[in-house]
Amino acid sequence: MRAFSYERATSPVAAAAKAAATPGARFIAGGTNLLDLMKLEIETPTHLIDVNGLGFDRIEKTDDGGLRIGALVRNTDLAAHERVRRDYGLLGRALLAGASGQLRNKATTAGNLLQRTRCPYFYDTQQPCNKRAPGSGCSAIGGVSRQLAVLGSSPSCIATHPSDMAVAMRALDAVVETVDAKGAARAIPIADFHRAPGDTPHLETVLNPGELVTAVTLPKPVGGKQVYRKVRDRASYAFALVSVGAIVQEDGSGRVALGGVAHKPWRIEAAETELPRGAKPVIDRMLAGAEPTHDNAFKVTLAERTLAGVLAEARA
Amino acid sequence: MKISKEEGVSRGDILVTDPPIGGATVAPGAQAPPAAFRVSFEVNGERRDLTLDTRTTLLDALREHLRLTGAKKGCDHGQCGACTVIVDGRRINSCLTLAVMHEGAKVTTIEGLGRPDRLHPMQAAFVKFDGYQCGYCTPGQICSAVAMLDELKTGLHSHASESLTERPPATDAELRERMSGNICRCGAYSNIQEAIREVAGVGT
Repeated sequence: MRAFSYERATSPVAAAAKAAATPGARFIAGGTNLLDLMKLEIETPTHLIDVNGLGFDRIEKTDDGGLRIGALVRNTDLAAHERVRRDYGLLGRALLAGASGQLRNKATTAGNLLQRTRCPYFYDTQQPCNKRAPGSGCSAIGGVSRQLAVLGSSPSCIATHPSDMAVAMRALDAVVETVDAKGAARAIPIADFHRAPGDTPHLETVLNPGELVTAVTLPKPVGGKQVYRKVRDRASYAFALVSVGAIVQEDGSGRVALGGVAHKPWRIEAAETELPRGAKPVIDRMLAGAEPTHDNAFKVTLAERTLAGVLAEARA
Repeated sequence: MKISKEEGVSRGDILVTDPPIGGATVAPGAQAPPAAFRVSFEVNGERRDLTLDTRTTLLDALREHLRLTGAKKGCDHGQCGACTVIVDGRRINSCLTLAVMHEGAKVTTIEGLGRPDRLHPMQAAFVKFDGYQCGYCTPGQICSAVAMLDELKTGLHSHASESLTERPPATDAELRERMSGNICRCGAYSNIQEAIREVAGVGT
């Protein structure tokens, strides 16, 4: 691990200002992803700003009946929250499908959204990777790509976003709240939060330098049957090959988001009108234009079958 | 490295390094100088004050600075759970957190759960059911299992829970899912499961 200096942040704006003014500075909260990457020298911050003391660890009701989730709320606490379990079951289920008990006790809401891909070539510092070393090339294209994206990718990068939580957040229309170095607040719909890789796959979100996530808000509950189904290579503690998060109403309408297929949680609102007609027309529309590799072409079929299973469960 | 020449040398003695810096390779080029930072936390009921290279993980602080070598370094990347300790009542991977991030924390390691002459019930159950072969993952398994049963008692749900609104029962499926962050490469899982079942009161 490279050496770094360390400070404990005392105010959000001061932390954002310090991060914006210090080249090589990074925020640290749970640290479960950042420290893993620092040990491999994939992340090489020269200064760490510990934001754990900033108090963004509460879950509160919003004026419109929704939920404001502090950026520092641990995955365990979010999954355990009474309103999440009752009104946002999709989110609770997605959180519990991710990582291990130990990791969920540390991992934060903001950190979960900001976690980086588990593409094996991103992790292998001996291989070219445009995300890790911009301009060096993509080893995953033509390489082992079972886990990787089937759409939304580019000739520079076919990495996936690994989060389960973010899939639920996308289906629930979450909004990411931030503060910047000048104290200006911003609200970013989760649909706009992650960038397409294009030719700059190292830029993963629309956050500006120093901009600090303070909370994630959910609109008021939408009801319906909420199901999260994750398909993976082992029964627990593995990243998704494909995951489906769905909210299905009694009249057959609903929402669907997919994990494990793209650089961000994948949702195509226009495809949801097909839900009463079953899984195939929905997935055909959601994955239209998919360019899977030889290794991951199964994900298109798997997504359709997983959604079919989810719809059967929701309508049972 | 300082190696004790006394008889009865323990691994804890051998592991003390002088100066205690956690083995980072120094690559040429742009690199911040190593930075020291003071931190105080409580370990197994005793206050400890340390000045550490900021890079020191909680695991390395425990093992290499406080000579508590019970928690093990397996993968050092949060994948195996051998480093599991209990911090402020919660199990975490001590390899994936910095010691300096734990000012004022209360840390419990396997050494603090029980003593050889006064085993924690989970330790006694692992002995009774032979919940190990090589033993390397055992301290992490036991710390994890103790905190996991507390999570279950307080009503936290898991991926295996049928309902998110009813209290989760202590079933085999629940226990297995909740222990998935602890890998045993010897494959002693069935005996580990038996040990945890006994302490959890499953099937009794």
